[in-house]
Amino acid sequence: MTRPPEPVQVVKQRRDAALRALVSGVPYIGFLGVRFERLGDELTAVLPFQDKLIGNPLLPALHGGATSAFLEVTAIVELAWATLWADLEAGRIDPDIAETMLPRLPKTIDFTVDFLRTGLPRDAYARARVNRSGRRYASVQVEGWQDNRARPFIQATGHFLMPDA
Amino acid sequence: METDPQMAALLARARQFLAMIPLGQALAFRLDQIGGGRAVISMPWDERLIGDPRTGVIHGGAISALMDTCCGAAAISHPEGPEMTATLDLRIDYMRPAAARQRITATAEVFRMTRSVAFLRATACDEQEGQPVATATAAFTVDFPKEDRT
Repeated sequence: MTRPPEPVQVVKQRRDAALRALVSGVPYIGFLGVRFERLGDELTAVLPFQDKLIGNPLLPALHGGATSAFLEVTAIVELAWATLWADLEAGRIDPDIAETMLPRLPKTIDFTVDFLRTGLPRDAYARARVNRSGRRYASVQVEGWQDNRARPFIQATGHFLMPDA
Repeated sequence: METDPQMAALLARARQFLAMIPLGQALAFRLDQIGGGRAVISMPWDERLIGDPRTGVIHGGAISALMDTCCGAAAISHPEGPEMTATLDLRIDYMRPAAARQRITATAEVFRMTRSVAFLRATACDEQEGQPVATATAAFTVDFPKEDRT
């Protein structure tokens, strides 16, 4: 006797709402204009081009501070999302409450950015991989690209302090 | 340093340059000091920059933008006179959360300048005395005008 599977729209609605709550809770994500696309539990961060992200108006090129912030945001959201996803799927949090609840975010301990190429004045994308996530500490790697997925323009690695459970 | 006319002229020129950077304007960067491979740039607290809505603490990403800009300014102000610079690598250590509603001031200094790379160290402080909010180490590319390479 198994329960019938949940309708796909219900599942999607629940997951999208939780992700929206997580992302919209952080003002700085809105300031940069970053949004997240979700396929199952995989997130891709998108940084749509805006004039205010320019650091060198002569080239023009994206500001290294803007692109490194983009990667840091991606790493933090990925980490928080992994926890949120597990809780959501296990039914440990009420999806309706999740939408109004402020997310418990990991804190950055250190973040090292490797600027591989100039950021072009167009959209950028990023994905993070959690290499280790313990009870207290996590290590995350992030890669950002623009036109070609195989040609990253920026990569970073960081350590994070996990929020108290 | 306000009394030194040469320094004052450099500060004015550098401020003009900083005002041309859109991200610097969006974050309201203010160049406080520059010269001799050292720069001080500060940024006001702003609710749009909050990274943790539970505490009102500014997102680390805003501090990295400040540190990156400050390191670039310090590199370009080095007495050896590089004409171009770009970030190769920037590492930031977040020592403690920045206090909400306080200005953050970054100070960057060229630790060593070579013909192609500048190595920098930077710290960021809020208005509280003592421990910095964050420290950074960075490597920047540098290009010198052709005639200096003889």
